Order: sequence, then structure tokens, then C-alpha cells
Amino acid sequence: MENTEQYHKEEHHIISYADNLKVWIALLFLTWLTITIAYITGSVAIALVIATIKAGIVLAYFMHLKFDSRILTILLLVTMTVFSGFIVLTFFDFALR
Amino acid sequence: MSTTTMNIAHDEHRDDQASKLGMWLFLFTELLLFGGLFLVYSIYRNLNIEAFRAGSAHLDIFIGAVNTVVLITSSATVAISITAIQNKHYRLAKNLLWFTILAAVVFMINKYFEWGHKFEVGLYPGGDEFNALPGGERLYFVLYYFMTGLHGLHVIIGAIFIGVVIAKINKGKQTYNNFALHENAGLYWHLVDLIWIFLFPLMYLIV
Amino acid sequence: MDENVTKHHLNFFEETGGRKGIFKWIFSTDHKRIGLLYFYSIASFFMVGVTLGLLMRLELLNPGGQIMEAKTYNSVFTLHGVIMIFLFIIPGIPAVFGNIMMPILIGAKDVAFPRVNLLSWYLYVIGAIFALSTLVFGDGPADTGWTFYAPYSVNTNTNVSMSVLAAFILGFSSILTGLNFLVTMHRMRAPGMTWFKMPLFAWGLYATAWIQLLATPIIGITLLMIVAERFLGVGLFDPSLGGDPILYQHLFWIYSHPAVYVMVLPAMGVISEIIPTFSQRKIFGYKAIVFSSLFIAFVGYTVWGHHMFTSGMSGPARVIFSILTFLVAIPSAIKVFNWLATMYGGSIDLKPAMLYALGFIFLFLIGGLTGLVVGALATDVHLHDTYFVVGHFHYVMFGGTGFAFIAALYYWFPKIYGKMYNIKWANIGFWFMFIGFNLLYFPMLIVGIMGMPRRYFDYLPRFHLPNIISTVGSWILLIGLIIMIVNFIKAKKHGAPAVKNPWKGRTLEWSVDSPPSLENFDKVPTITEGPYEYHKEED
Repeated sequence: MENTEQYHKEEHHIISYADNLKVWIALLFLTWLTITIAYITGSVAIALVIATIKAGIVLAYFMHLKFDSRILTILLLVTMTVFSGFIVLTFFDFALR
Repeated sequence: MSTTTMNIAHDEHRDDQASKLGMWLFLFTELLLFGGLFLVYSIYRNLNIEAFRAGSAHLDIFIGAVNTVVLITSSATVAISITAIQNKHYRLAKNLLWFTILAAVVFMINKYFEWGHKFEVGLYPGGDEFNALPGGERLYFVLYYFMTGLHGLHVIIGAIFIGVVIAKINKGKQTYNNFALHENAGLYWHLVDLIWIFLFPLMYLIV
Repeated sequence: MDENVTKHHLNFFEETGGRKGIFKWIFSTDHKRIGLLYFYSIASFFMVGVTLGLLMRLELLNPGGQIMEAKTYNSVFTLHGVIMIFLFIIPGIPAVFGNIMMPILIGAKDVAFPRVNLLSWYLYVIGAIFALSTLVFGDGPADTGWTFYAPYSVNTNTNVSMSVLAAFILGFSSILTGLNFLVTMHRMRAPGMTWFKMPLFAWGLYATAWIQLLATPIIGITLLMIVAERFLGVGLFDPSLGGDPILYQHLFWIYSHPAVYVMVLPAMGVISEIIPTFSQRKIFGYKAIVFSSLFIAFVGYTVWGHHMFTSGMSGPARVIFSILTFLVAIPSAIKVFNWLATMYGGSIDLKPAMLYALGFIFLFLIGGLTGLVVGALATDVHLHDTYFVVGHFHYVMFGGTGFAFIAALYYWFPKIYGKMYNIKWANIGFWFMFIGFNLLYFPMLIVGIMGMPRRYFDYLPRFHLPNIISTVGSWILLIGLIIMIVNFIKAKKHGAPAVKNPWKGRTLEWSVDSPPSLENFDKVPTITEGPYEYHKEED
């Protein structure tokens, strides 16, 4: 039977072939960018930022989060927050000894 | 962003949204599973940055980059295959999925050569070259094998999952308005890609 | 309508799905049968855990060796912990009562993924067999404590790898159950049942499922690291090879602290069901209880370092973890207040379920307050690894979750089996258990402060008398357990038929047959009001 979840709409957005290819190109570019920047500045922070952008694109378009119910994105952010909490709190030990 | 909309077949006993939610929740557990290793990596790298740099120098950035491109492309083909099935382009959908499996094979072959080369020079846990390394570098290699190994296992599982989807499309069990399994296999494959997107710079690009 | 007239269609025990004998059980995907499969297996392993506990208390009756050697004692307390934690307390309430009752409570006919549900049980049994197998081969069960700390867990010859593999498989079972429950509650609530009309037991399971989902994978990967260390000796936790054993402790407790909320949140959910029914009053502060459960689940991820105050962590880390620990205690206190406020002015009926629920509140209160004592950095430094900690966690886990499990059993037994047990003997059993429990565990708080270390098979003479009291308490507790078990077995065989709603509850399960039919409801209910709307006159 029907449920009251917000993503009940039975339509389904389809990403066009062209848009899929655009995302692919963007990912290839960002890969090239991260390698190049690594040689210029070995900054792990910048590498992680670029990786996060790539991940964001994959999540939003290839994994369809941008067009799906918002609850999925929210739950993902909750998960990532919990995980970040693990890393930050552990660093409170190791980095401050 | 141009999109079109289509109707999903409504089956009393089928809840595609539940199926998708279930898959996403499972992906969260996978993220945390690898997350534990990323946590260990981040702590030990922070404590042994020079050793990690030395360890990373043993890796071939070119093969790593090739593998990155292979996975990104395979992600694209899976995503496009979902567009294809929704447009009833069944042959295209299947071909793209076969390409994805092929990409998985190429990835694993590269991995085989990478690992094989290191085994040959004794750079594996228990090997002579490995035992001679300073502590921090040993930790780097342990994490390298553990993380890329676990990732490789997921590449194989993902490829099998995709194979199952191809079979289902062949039997007419996955169609333009009944493709939740296909979508979920795609999600799993994208997870494999996502993990590598972080593994690549962290393992290979410590310069 | 006469609620005592039973319908003519089959109840779920009679629906066999065309299968015979044991196969109608072990191949069934009916959430109620699966819940009972869990119940019978969990109860069996619980008795093994009880036996190990009783053996420990026998050994500790007097100082010096009594019935076993030191190394055996180490294996006994390890296996006692592994069984009680991974085979009883963590799965317990969700796997048994969550499975049997949650879909009915939300007006659904099953969980979202029934076959995955059965798989969860198979994984549970396999994990349990692996864990118990360590008793019979090689160098015997692990002797590291259930915490498997490196470096000893890496070096000892006992069956650590098997134990750890068992825990890994059990973790997978837990994850799948959590996943199933989350999707069920997101997608299968009856029409009209908005999130804030969902019963509090379901909410407790919801918060729990988020912990099962996100925390368990961390222990999974950590246990794999231990196995890798044992077989490859690579130095992940070995300082001489560049590693750090404290990192193991972090990884272990990142899961194992949230795990205690997996243990207690469903228990609190049960209490939130029982108190309104036996007070015949609406729960006080429904939303506060909901949000406190979610708060516990998420803040609970941040406090694990309080298990490690004496490990060598940095000073700032210790202070931060202590502060966060105090923060996470607040929502539990809110719940206790709300339960008591619910009872105030209510029509209290001291049926067995209510006795155990009240027992829960009292014992959990002691457990929670002693938790603050060890959660405070300054006092913990003195009490870490003493019997004070052992007393504390038995009060919350046994006095808390254990008593809630029993309360749930007394509450829902008539619904599940359609039979009623002997109330008088149930109450007698309660008093044996309650008195036995306090005699067993309260002395531990005292000897702990006096300095008696935990996980030691011997102790100084000045700790003798409290240990005698403790051991005698264990025997009184055992009598209570036996009384309860005999009562239930007799009820299942020859108990009087139970009416649909013996306790005058208002949640959905009391509107279906006892035992329920296969798909629970004749007609999917439409919900128009909250779950605890008690009125003066019966409608």
C-alpha cells in the first residue's frame, strides 16, 4: 500500500546520454588536475578537496542523488558526519600527545 | 540538465524505493568498513609522513592513473546503461554493462602486475625486502595491500553483480520500467569507483 | 464486538507454508517465526553464558584456586563476555521482540526484506557455532577478555582468530537486521501512521538500527586487522614495528561503546511500551523520548574514549571524552523522568511485566549513576579495571537490558503464544531475581572501590566476605531464573488461553489475534491517533 514517504512520486528522472558524457569528461579532467597539482604542491589537503569534488559529482549524477528523494542525501551526510567524527576525535589523541 | 520522465510499473508487491533505500544503507556500511582503514591510514600517515612518502615512491603513478581512468569510464558506462534501459535500448544497455565487466578485468590485471612486481622484489608482508624496511614504511605497505586488496575484492563482487543484471535483462526480468536491480548494481559499482577516487591520491600521489 | 472470540483463520504457528517439521521453521521467512528462532537460539546460548558466570562465581567464592587454574579462568571470563555480549545482549531484544512485534506495531505484514531476515538468523547461528567451537579444539577459548586487546590477542596461542571471526559474522547479522528494520519503518508504516504516531518501541529500534548500521563495520574491519596481525605479523599494533596498540583500542571501542546503546535503546523502548499500559495513561513527553533516543544514538558515537582513560591517550582527548560522556547521560535521565511522570496519577497494575519494568528503572538508575562515576576522568583513574566497572556494567546490561528482555517476555508472551502463564509464580520469580541480582552485584561496587581488580582469578583476604555474598546472590538469582523458565514452559504447554488484550494496551498488537495470523492483520489498519491514547471509558 501507499506510504507517506516524500519520494513516493512514481516518475523517474532519466539523465540524457549527453549529460552522462559531460560528467565523465569532468571526472577525467579532475583526475588530470589532481595528478598535476600533486607534482606542483604535494598538498594532501588539495588532493582530498579534488577527490571530494569528484566524489560529489559521482554521487549527484551517476548515483542520481540530485534527482532522488532528499532523504537519501541527508542520510549520506549523517553517515559522513559520523565517520568524520571518528577521525577528528581519534586525532585529538594522537596529535596532542 | 536535460531530463525526461518515465513511469515506473506499479506492482502491489514490489517497492523499488525500498529496494533502493536498502542498497544505500548497505553502501553506508561499506563506506564505514573502508572508513576504518582510512582512519588507520590517516593516523599512521600523520605520524610517519616521510616513511609514507618513501613507500609511495615504489608505486607506479602511471598504472594508478590508468586504473583511475578505467574505473571512472566504467562508472560512466554503468550510468549510461541505466539511461539506455529506461529508453528501451536493451542491446546498448547490455553492451555497456559488458564493457564495465571488461573494465573490471583490466583493472584487476593491472593490479596483478602491480602486486606481482612488488612480490618479485620481496616487498610483501614476510618478504625480505619488506622486513628490512623501517617501521613507518612497513605500515604504508600493509595498508597498501589491505586497502587495495579489499577494494579489489569489491571490484570482483561488483563485476559479478553486473553479470547477474545482464542475465536478467536477457531473460526480460529487468526492463524499462522494472530496473531496480540494475540501478542497485550500478550504485554498488559507483561505490567501488568512489573508494578508488580516494585511494588513488592517498596511495600514489604522496610526492 | 466480543474481543474474546477468536477468528476462524489460522494463526502463524498453524501456517506451515507447505513444509513439515523443522523445515517449517528454518526455511520460513515469516518475521514471527524468525523472531522465535532467534528466541530459542539466544535463550540456549544465554544459558551457556549463565553457566560460565556461575562457574566464575564458584571460583571466586574463596581466595586461591578453587575449581580451576588461572589460565582457565581467563578463558571462562572471556567466553562469558563474548557469549553474553555478542550472542545475547546485542541481538536479544531487536532480534526477538523487534522481529516478532515491530511489524505488527506499525501495521505491516512483515519486514521489508524477509529473506534477508532469515539470512540474518543463519549468520547468527553460524557465528554462534564458531564462537562455541573455540571451547573444544586447539588451545581452548581465547583468554584475552572479550575486548581482544593487542598485543596479547596477537601473541596468545588460544583460539583468538576463531573467536574474532565469529564476532565478524555476528556483526554482519546485526548489520542486516538493522538495515531491514530501517527500511521497514521508512516504507511500511500503515496509512495514517506518521513518524510521530509510531510506538516508542519502534522508535527505539529505529535509533538502534542506525548504530548497528554505522558502528558495526568498524569492529568488522578491526577484527580483520587482528587476524592479519596474527597471521602476517605486520605491525599494525606493534610499537617495535611502527604501530600503536592504543590505535587498536580506539578502533575497538569506536564500535563497542555505541554497541552498549544497541543494547539499551531497544530495552528503553520496551519500558516505554509497558509503563503506559500498566499505568493506563498516555506516555509523558512522547517527543522527548523520541529525540532523546536519537540523541543517544548519535552522541553515543563520540564518547568511546572513556574506556581508555588510563591507556596513554593525550590529556586533551581524555578531558573531551569525559565531557561528552556526561552529555550523553542527559537523555537517559530525561527518559527516566518521563516514565515516572507517566506513572504519576495513573492506575498502576503490578503485573509481572510492570514489576520487571520498575526493576529496570531502579537497576538502570544505579547503573547509570555508577556510569557517571567512571565517566568522570578523575574517579575513573582509580576505578578502571576494578570490580566497580564490573558492577556498573552488570547493572546497566543485566539489570537494564536483561530485565527489559524479561519484561518484554512477560508482556508479549500471551500475544505470541495465545496462552497465559501463572502470575503468582512470575511475581515470586521476580523477587528471587531482584534480590539475587542486588546481592550478586552490589558488593562488586564496594570491593571495586576498595581496590579489587577485575579479571583476576584470585584476590586478597580483605575482599572475601563481599565475594561470598556475591556468590550466594548468584545462586538466588539462578533460582529466580529457573522459576521463570519453568513457568513459561508450563504455560506454553498447558497455559490457559489468553484473550486478545489481557493488559488493556492501546498499540496495534493488542487488536490482532493471539497468536497473530500469518500476515498479522485481516485488513491493513488506518491510523488516526497516537499510540497511547488512554480514555476514561473503553470505546
